[in-house]
Amino acid sequence: MLITTVLNGKSLRQEVPADKTLLDFLRENGCLSVKRGCGTENCGLCTVWVDGTPVLSCSYPLPRIDGHEVTTLEGVREEAAAFGAYMANEGAEQCGYCSPGFIMAVLAMERELPNPAEEEINAYLAGCLCRCTGYSSQMRAIRKYLEKRHETD
Amino acid sequence: MRQISQKVRKLDAQALVTGMPVYTQDIVQGPYLTVKIVRSPHAHAKILSVDTSKAMKVPGAACVLTHRDVPHVRHTLGGYAYAGSNPYDRLVLEDRVRFVGDAAAIVAAETAEAAERMARLVKVEYEVLPAVLDMDTAEEAPAVVHPEEDYVCKPSIRNDNARNVLACGESGNGDVEKVFSQCDVVLEDEYHTLGNSQCMMETFRSYSFYDKNRKLTVISSTQIPFLVRRTIAYVFGLPISTVRVIKPKVGGGFGAKQSLVTELFGAAVTIKTGLPTMVLFDRRESFTATTTRHEMKLRVKMGAMRDGTVRAVSLYVRENAGAYGDHAMGCVGLSGHKSLPMLGKAEAYSFRYDVLYTNLIPGGAFRGYGATQGCFAVESMVNKMAHALGMDPIEMRLKNIPMEGEVMPAYYGETLTSSHLDRCIRRGKEMIGWDEKYPRRQTGSHTIRAVGMAASMQGSGIGGVDKCFATVRLDEDGCYTVLNGAGDMGTGCDTILAQIAAEVLETDISNVHAAAVDTDYSPYDKGSFASATTYVTGMAVVKACERLIGQMMAEAAAALETPEERLVFQGDCISEKDAPENRISVSDLARRQVTSGNCHAFTATCGHMSQTSPPPLMAGFVEIELDTQTGQVKVLDYAACIDCGTVINANLARVQAEGGIVQGIGMALYENMQFSSQGKMRNNSFLQYKIPSRLDVPPIRVAFDSSYEPTGPFGAKSIGEIVINTPAPAIADAIYNACGVYMTELPFLPERVLNAINNKAE
Repeated sequence: MLITTVLNGKSLRQEVPADKTLLDFLRENGCLSVKRGCGTENCGLCTVWVDGTPVLSCSYPLPRIDGHEVTTLEGVREEAAAFGAYMANEGAEQCGYCSPGFIMAVLAMERELPNPAEEEINAYLAGCLCRCTGYSSQMRAIRKYLEKRHETD
Repeated sequence: MRQISQKVRKLDAQALVTGMPVYTQDIVQGPYLTVKIVRSPHAHAKILSVDTSKAMKVPGAACVLTHRDVPHVRHTLGGYAYAGSNPYDRLVLEDRVRFVGDAAAIVAAETAEAAERMARLVKVEYEVLPAVLDMDTAEEAPAVVHPEEDYVCKPSIRNDNARNVLACGESGNGDVEKVFSQCDVVLEDEYHTLGNSQCMMETFRSYSFYDKNRKLTVISSTQIPFLVRRTIAYVFGLPISTVRVIKPKVGGGFGAKQSLVTELFGAAVTIKTGLPTMVLFDRRESFTATTTRHEMKLRVKMGAMRDGTVRAVSLYVRENAGAYGDHAMGCVGLSGHKSLPMLGKAEAYSFRYDVLYTNLIPGGAFRGYGATQGCFAVESMVNKMAHALGMDPIEMRLKNIPMEGEVMPAYYGETLTSSHLDRCIRRGKEMIGWDEKYPRRQTGSHTIRAVGMAASMQGSGIGGVDKCFATVRLDEDGCYTVLNGAGDMGTGCDTILAQIAAEVLETDISNVHAAAVDTDYSPYDKGSFASATTYVTGMAVVKACERLIGQMMAEAAAALETPEERLVFQGDCISEKDAPENRISVSDLARRQVTSGNCHAFTATCGHMSQTSPPPLMAGFVEIELDTQTGQVKVLDYAACIDCGTVINANLARVQAEGGIVQGIGMALYENMQFSSQGKMRNNSFLQYKIPSRLDVPPIRVAFDSSYEPTGPFGAKSIGEIVINTPAPAIADAIYNACGVYMTELPFLPERVLNAINNKAE
């Protein structure tokens, strides 16, 4: 089928098989930050945005992006680097494999929740698994990042 | 010290947090063949025939390989030094499959879809055989897992394949039975730990091709690049130097990638077709067809006096090797040798083990490597003994732990050269608020809060076995590059080694770069496992830096026409001690390499092997809330104090600890690997096999109380593995303190806890 989409700000028209997942489509179109950790919607590694809302691209049927806008980490690299610096300062990226999906979820949370408490942060990000860090360092990074953002706002 | 103990950012942090293409699947270029594995649906079967005709008709099909198409060379997939004693019990493909998921054939096609279709169309005719699915009855089982005549093992492991005994052995010191008879209290119990899946986020994958020099080249997500090279060469009969392994960034390993997993399959197809191949295991394959932590049953007997002194301890371990013995020997050894030494005053100990083959997924390496299972059993028994004696478990520990300078008979007779464990225990006690909280507080009509603790040790590398090299080079711009072959799997060892180099070279970390591992260019290292890299490779870096400084000093002496003994290295320059204005900068020296006819290249490669494996030590403390109506255990707080020697990187050590503790909590409470009565793994996805999410664990609190290990780089020991050990026994004891039941089988699922509570009430 023919789909029309905007991928990281760039218009795309492509003939694609209707049974392809969004994840495979994105990787084939050069968005290599997008990772598959499970394929069963449990790990959050494949998180990208469709019209600004986080979705799990491993299980997202490609036809659904027709006429919609898709954003991956490649499309928000500056923001990712800004938050990522806080992760790096905590050593919270570790192996880094879950970082892109996690960062996409954090940046979406930042847009959605004005001033989240720790429980809200944990609830929002519950679907983002990480086997390396045990999550504490990620929380330190998020808190420091959000505090800094509020100071500068 | 300027670089050591600092919160230095990982050198690759920027690339990782901006999603740069740095992992295996990101850096390979097509076109390539996709390789898929035809897997056995049976736990044990003989392959009578393989019909490939339909599969080969799939458009894009490249080849199907059966056991007739691969070398008949018995090998092990477990990454271990030459001195390893794991049996050579595998073939790439065989006319026998030994567990559900074992490889029956390999297919390759131009697209993933075609390869998947081919895998479905390969018709394998099986003769289903009786299977050994329970290690308890393995010796008497009607089936033999490894009947093959070309099985290879060392006589010292005392193998008896006819009875499915992979190995047995014993060690000890003193007469335990005699000392037991003199003890005031003797307790005995059996503990059961299950398989666990390592669950690193990047599943297994490798890409193989012939490079421009016709080297069989494998880009692999591995912890053991040099051992992958060695094993590929051995299996396919190639000179080691004609095989090349490249390790890009790795998305976690936790031991899973201390075995070869995908590499031989892809290499076999590349050798057959001459074409590049990609093998990528999905999460289900990663669960079912690789390796797990070894299931163990551990019987502990402990004898103590009324004052709390443990005088004798014995441990009998039955280890389920599964279908292949990849890491069976190492893991069973550690279950005793890294748990029993914690009873430092024992006059006698005995350690016996049987390792059994079954038709289940093979055991392999997983953080802790057997010590974790041993720690659960022995530390649980220490807690039980404390309760039997009416002692506080903390007092019990302080009375029995080995102290710095003491010889540990159960730890290969090594002397504990550095330990702050006593201080760690006291600090952790303060952190958790033990005196206010021990043993329990009723917080509601059916909720109880309680605390529990455990202590643990691990090793730092494998003494007398692990050999690691490092190369340090001064580049022409005055910056340094550190090359290692260890294989950073995400823990940050590239950064740790760069910090060590920066410290010796008296320069800023920004002047030190890391290089990717490529066996064509990197110095040999046995790999990133056994908590070795900081301690062993780190010392190789120290030596290489010192040698490099020597080279620079010699050149400076020539350049300054001043005797070397009058010069001093000052990081950014070399100058004359008594005439500091007579100096040459490191930048100028660096430039001389490419401008002066007589200047040698400043590069030094040094190796290191430690004869000892100094243990890091730690104490872990947990506070739980138990719901006595549901049996649910919620971890409210976890506090740990660790002696890993000098902390090289304050952030990375802390995150290692936090992450390891959460893995340990997962093992204790959630991760429940289940098999059907036919030997098929039931929970083979993250839907069913639950690793902790951020909703399941509290913030982990970690403190360090560092001793100084004289044999380690700047006093460092290891951190990577020990951190997974304490949660299971600490949580078990908190459950006891809450409700008076001893949980002896992992994990402590609500229904198990509730059953135990109900059984006790009856």
